[in-house]
Amino acid sequence: MLDPRLSIIEDRLSNIERTIVVSSGKGGVGKSIITSTIALILAREGFKVGLLDLDFTSPTTHIALGVSAEKIQPIEDRGIVPPEVHGIKYMSLIFYLGDKAAPLRGNEISNALLEVLAITRWGKLDFLLVDMPPGIGDLMLDVLKYFKRANFLIITSSSKMAFETVRKLLLLLRGLGAEIMGVIENIKLDDSTYIRREVNALGEKFLGEIHFDENLEEAIGSVEKLLKTKFADEVRSILWELLKT
Amino acid sequence: MHEWALAEAIISAVSQIAERGNLRAIKEVTLRIGELQQIDREILKFALSQMASGKLAGVKFRMKLVRARFKCRVCGHKWTFNENSPPNHIKEAIHFIPEVAYAHLRCPRCSSPDFEISGGRGIWISSVRGVK
Repeated sequence: MLDPRLSIIEDRLSNIERTIVVSSGKGGVGKSIITSTIALILAREGFKVGLLDLDFTSPTTHIALGVSAEKIQPIEDRGIVPPEVHGIKYMSLIFYLGDKAAPLRGNEISNALLEVLAITRWGKLDFLLVDMPPGIGDLMLDVLKYFKRANFLIITSSSKMAFETVRKLLLLLRGLGAEIMGVIENIKLDDSTYIRREVNALGEKFLGEIHFDENLEEAIGSVEKLLKTKFADEVRSILWELLKT
Repeated sequence: MHEWALAEAIISAVSQIAERGNLRAIKEVTLRIGELQQIDREILKFALSQMASGKLAGVKFRMKLVRARFKCRVCGHKWTFNENSPPNHIKEAIHFIPEVAYAHLRCPRCSSPDFEISGGRGIWISSVRGVK
């Protein structure tokens, strides 16, 4: 018995120039808001951008982007064409979940990913941003399997506890030969150099710091406000530096 | 999966089988179609006929419907999609991504979302017959 979906995934992703998987291993470090902000910045610069929210059990990028699943839905056309939101082709299970929680076990998460990748027609993209859920498990292994040329952008907070998981993720990705872009330290509150030193000691690239921005929460849901925050300015400068290399 | 997207995946998979097996032509493909995705088999057949060319020209597709069955992991109750069919908007969501069934469906006996889809979830190619 052969699952035909496996045969089409490579084809579906074939016109994507660069895939950036935003990951941490740890929750609450700001992956989704950073992913959404990067997607918005790149789209504003005229790049063709897609955003895939792989946090199946608790997707949140739609909140950052101010997307209402009641008003916007993917288009059916020989598969699913993601709707365009603020210039971003946007795909999330939120379109099919409504406000319900999706209590998925590992195998079901793998199956959902396979389905999403098999039916979504991204077309030509300069960048596909992938927002990962917390955890180093089935989904991470599946992403490594299906996105063979992906670049991993790793987010941590300043917390030693968060970095303990990030360290494990970095070592795992490196062991598997994945392309690691580097580490961003988010929600920075003080002058500690702990994360920078630890990242450098691992031989990975420390990409920069994003300081805690007390105005960020109020800007979530309004992309205009979001893009004017200090948070977005710091994301922007890290991003341009990163894309130069 | 949407019927056209599904047809594209089936054609791609069967073409790869033909290449790997050094087959000159594919004569017959048998598909097992899970009920849960509510695939319109007529649309699927039409899409397949439109896409089949080269080594697949004239191939016959046989389709077998597999009933969707569920088993509750908490109380052990078994049921079918047929018996407890959800409203149309939920059926449509399940049509695209069957795993959202876990968000929308519950065990009819104990209301748990912790159940397994014990059959009839996806689409499978169960046999391919060709000539060398």
